[in-house]
Formats: sequence, structure tokens, C-alpha cells
Amino acid sequence: MKKIKCAIIGPGNIGTDLLYKLRRSKVLEPVWMVGVDPTSEGLARARELGLKTTDKGVDGMLPHVVADGVQIAFDATSAYVHKENSDKLNALGVMMIDLTPAAIGPYCVPPINLKQHAGKREMNVNMVTCGGQATIPMVYAVSRVQKVKYAEIIATVSSKSVGPGTRKNIDEFTRTTAGAVASIGGAAEGKALIVINPAEPPLIMRDTIHCLTVDAPKQAEIEKSVHEMIAEVQKYVPGYRLKNGPVFEDNRVTTFLEVEGLGDFLPKYAGNLDIMTASATRTAEMFAEEMLSGRLNLEPVAA
Amino acid sequence: MNLKGISIKVHDMSLRDGMHPKRHQITIEQMQSISRGLDAAGVPLIEVTHGDGLGGASVNYGFPAASDEEYLRAVIPGMKNAKISALLIPGIGTVDHLRMAADCGVHTIRVATHCTEADVSEQHISLSRKMGLDTVGFLMMAHMVEPETIVEQGLLMESYGANCIYVTDSAGYMLPDDVSARIAPLREKLKPETEIGFHGHHNLSMGISNSLAAIEAGARRIDGACGGLGAGAGNTPTEVFVAVCNRMGIETGVDVFKISDVAEDLIQPILDFQIRIDRNALVLGYAGVYSSFLLFAKRAEKRYGIPAREILLELGRRRMVGGQEDMIEDTALTMAKERKLLETA
Repeated sequence: MKKIKCAIIGPGNIGTDLLYKLRRSKVLEPVWMVGVDPTSEGLARARELGLKTTDKGVDGMLPHVVADGVQIAFDATSAYVHKENSDKLNALGVMMIDLTPAAIGPYCVPPINLKQHAGKREMNVNMVTCGGQATIPMVYAVSRVQKVKYAEIIATVSSKSVGPGTRKNIDEFTRTTAGAVASIGGAAEGKALIVINPAEPPLIMRDTIHCLTVDAPKQAEIEKSVHEMIAEVQKYVPGYRLKNGPVFEDNRVTTFLEVEGLGDFLPKYAGNLDIMTASATRTAEMFAEEMLSGRLNLEPVAA
Repeated sequence: MNLKGISIKVHDMSLRDGMHPKRHQITIEQMQSISRGLDAAGVPLIEVTHGDGLGGASVNYGFPAASDEEYLRAVIPGMKNAKISALLIPGIGTVDHLRMAADCGVHTIRVATHCTEADVSEQHISLSRKMGLDTVGFLMMAHMVEPETIVEQGLLMESYGANCIYVTDSAGYMLPDDVSARIAPLREKLKPETEIGFHGHHNLSMGISNSLAAIEAGARRIDGACGGLGAGAGNTPTEVFVAVCNRMGIETGVDVFKISDVAEDLIQPILDFQIRIDRNALVLGYAGVYSSFLLFAKRAEKRYGIPAREILLELGRRRMVGGQEDMIEDTALTMAKERKLLETA
């Protein structure tokens, strides 16, 4: 069966985990890994797995994009360089899935709005944040039942799973996640908190989602909606589990989750990173299915 | 112990850490009258706002009676000599909150992280310093790691621009030797002009002894809370600490009688319950659990029938850190299911 060819930009932990996931896909085929450091282990690993690689950044791949038929690229670098990467690739008709916090394209949380994005032929979609991918489906599970005036999420991640980029700009996490909790989750107001815990052995990502409903919560409907949404996310993150709840107290609805990763390249406790690569893969697959069926035909976009 | 002639700065926590036992409901008027009383008593630095610092207003930690900005704008203009500080925990508060607090006229920003995670404080510490504020790095739950780690993390915060580093005994777990063991090497490794501070909790009644050990090892800023307010069994009670300092010849500039009047006349009347070392506060100090968890564990006991002490012990066993208040209800639910007190789905 024909597959859609993909490039990964950024051969770090995220990029490498993504590579493992793409290799399993029935509709995606990773063909390029792009880095900037000739001594990068990630580039070496990608070469061993048969990918073409460059240590000259996106510019090193650009001359080959058309000939090699690359149609989807994943950016797992940093917010600072994302726009440039995206513009260059969009100009060649390659759609971009953004795993950085740059968020120049619309947010994509697969079980909520992926179909809509694929239908709109978006050329750049952003995967929000790890906390956002884990919690926004739960906010939406409540807001699709009844109005939510305020939603707040607490993401607790193991110290080992938080890289230097996130640490240098932790505000970006809180701000971006809070914004998407409201705009994609469907709450009138959103707030996000992140806690980093250094316990050994590292703890599996935990997420708590509080929703304050406008009217008294419709308990049975919310419970059903929450369980259905969990099943939806489990399709691409099997370790997405309800630990407790939903708890109802006055107008508060709270769910407690645990997110365990698949352990492809990243360790299993780093569910926060796994849910990003899994969501990005799921997103690319949906676009790829549309392309393969002929419903979606990407064209170059001037920056 | 001879500490005669040493001059220290007392930093009062009653209107910030003291927000925990008040469930963040201290009113603007109460903040104004208490802060004026502390100012008149000679307290040089007073922290205000939500108990979990700037941006703490939340379901997770509790919604306060007024916003951070309302508290700051109400308190700061009333100060004759005292300066006002605000706490910022990255992951909860952001640089936007920091800018707001600076705009309100705070003198000091204290950026707090778990004692192993100092590198999340870079953007906040460096901005605070750039804005010319007195900038403190605040290493919480400092009992959980060895002194070497405290030194390494303190050096990181100093490198971002902090001019003062705190050893924070958030669980009230430390004994005087634990305090000395952390502060002495910090004093040795930090720049001479970088100050060192100590923040204690009174869960094992060690607030004052620990603060004295800190001074002996080189700390020159000491946190207390007037009237023994503060999370858990409260912080080091400021008025008692000042009295002890007077007896020992440590200079604080705070008037013992005036500050004890503030404790008696302004703080005691607003307490919702007596802050003391009850069996739950004791277990915080005994097992090394974040002091702010106390009231949440009591609430979970009421709702799910698991004794607060057992919940707190379990949180300690799982090495929960500051900010994980959400895990209290979660842990209580899990324990209740295990004990068949709740139906399992």
C-alpha cells in the first residue's frame, strides 16, 4: 500500500520517539531526519534505520523535498526556528505538524478537532503542549454535555521528562495550555498549572482536570462522555487511564488521570512526551488518509 | 551559642503563608490593618497575597477573598518603612504576574521551586533582577535532598540573578543540624554579597531553634509569621523569635511588645481555628510532608472517611512535592476504594 512520505526535524528524544511511531504506521513513511549537529546520536540512529539525514537544518533537505516526495513534516525543534522551517516547507507544498510551542497554526487535539482541520486543508497545525493533549479532551468531555464556566488543569510530570527548553520557558506551557483549555476544551476560562516531581523511580505523568459548570452537573451524562472520550484517546495512547472520578461536588467536576507512554524510545513514565508524539502521529495519519483517498491535495503556499 | 551583635532581617509571612490556615480568606481590610501593625512594630519586610503566591487563585489551591493585585495595591501605599514582597512559584505564577506585582510597587520577588528544580526559575529570577527588584531564590522542601544539591541549586539561582538564596523547610521536618548542614556550605560557595535566608515551619516546634541554627551558619534573613500563622502548625512565630533574638543580642529592629500586640489584637481574632501542633500537623513534620497539604487532607478525611494522618503519610511515602494538592483527593479516593469505602467503577 502506498504511504505518505514524512520528514522529522529535530533528532532529539521527541524526534526519535516519533520516528519509532511513524515506522509502525500503515499510512506514513519517515524518509528524512533533519538536524544541525553532525555528531547527533539521533541522526546516526535515523541513518541506521535507512532514513536520509542532514546536519544542515531544513535548508539541507529543501533541495530534495520534491524529488523524495515529502508531503508531511514534523517540527520537534524549538519555537524560535519553527516559523522559518514552516514557511520554507509550506512553500514546497509540505504540510507541517508543529510540536513546538510556536503555535503559528491552529491547535490540534485529535479527538476534538482533527477531522475539522483535515477538512480545511490546514498547512500547519500545532500540537499545543503535553499537558494540553492530556487534559483538553477531558474538558471537552464535560463541555460537550453542558456549559463550563472555568476549567483548570494540573499536570504533574517527572523531573527527568522535562527538557531544558521547557524549563527555560515554563510560562509558555502555562500560558499556551490555559489558552487551549478554553478555546479547544470549550471552557469560558482556562487555567493551567504544572508541577515537576523528581521522585525516583520517576512518576508516570498525572493530570487532574477540574471543570466548574454553569448549572448543576448532569452526572450520568458527564460520566458517559468522560468514559467515551477516554476510549477515543486510548486509540492512540493506550496508557491513557482514568485513575479516579469524575468526582462531583456542587458545580465542580474533577477527573484524575494517569498517562503512561508506550516506551518506544522514551521511557514509559514520560507519558507527557509520548502523548505529544502519539498525537502528532495520529494527526499526520488523518491527513495522510485524506491524501491517499484523493480528498486532499496539498499545494505550495507562499509564505 | 553566641550570636550577639549579629544583625538580621525579619521577613513576616502572616499575610502570605498565613493565608493557608485562613483558606486564603483574609480580607483586604485585615491585610491593611495587620500590615500597618507589623510596619509600626519595625518589621522591615512583609509578604502578602495568596498562600501559594502570585497566580495561586485556583480550584486546586483555593480562591482568595481578593486578587493578588487588589491585596498589593491596598497594602503597599499604607507602609511607612516596611517593604512588601511577593512569592512566585513557576508553574503557577508567570512573568505576567511578576510584572503586575512590580507595577504595584513590590520591593522583593521570591521565586520558589522544589529544591531540585531551580532551573525552572531562570526567566522569573532574571526578569525580577533586571527590573531592579530585591530577588530571592527560594528552595522548597529542602529536607528532601543532601546539602550538596542545595548548594548546586542555590548556585544556579544565584547565576540567574538572585541576590539571596533561601533554605525552605516547607515540611517543618528539619532539626537544627539539618539546617546548619545546608546553610553552612551555601555560605561557603555563594558569593559573599549573596544573602542567605531560612524559612521554617513549626510542626515539630523547631521554628525558633532552626532559625537560630540558620543564623549561626550564616543566614541573615529569617522568615516568621506573626501570631504563629502559616501552613501546618504555622511558621516560626515572629513575636517569639524576636523576643529570643533580643535576649541573645541579635539585632532585628522589631519591637517585642508591639509585635506581640499585633499577634494578640489583630491576628488571634481572625483565626478560624487554633493553629497548633495537632496530630496531623505533627505528622507533617514527622514524615516530611508539605505543610499546605494539612487542610486539604482534613477535608478529604471528612468526605472519604480516611484519617487525614494516613492520607498525609501516604503522600509522604509517594514523595509528593509542593503544589500537588490535587493528589490529596486522588489519594483519598484510591485509599477509600482499596478499603471498600467507595464503589469501584
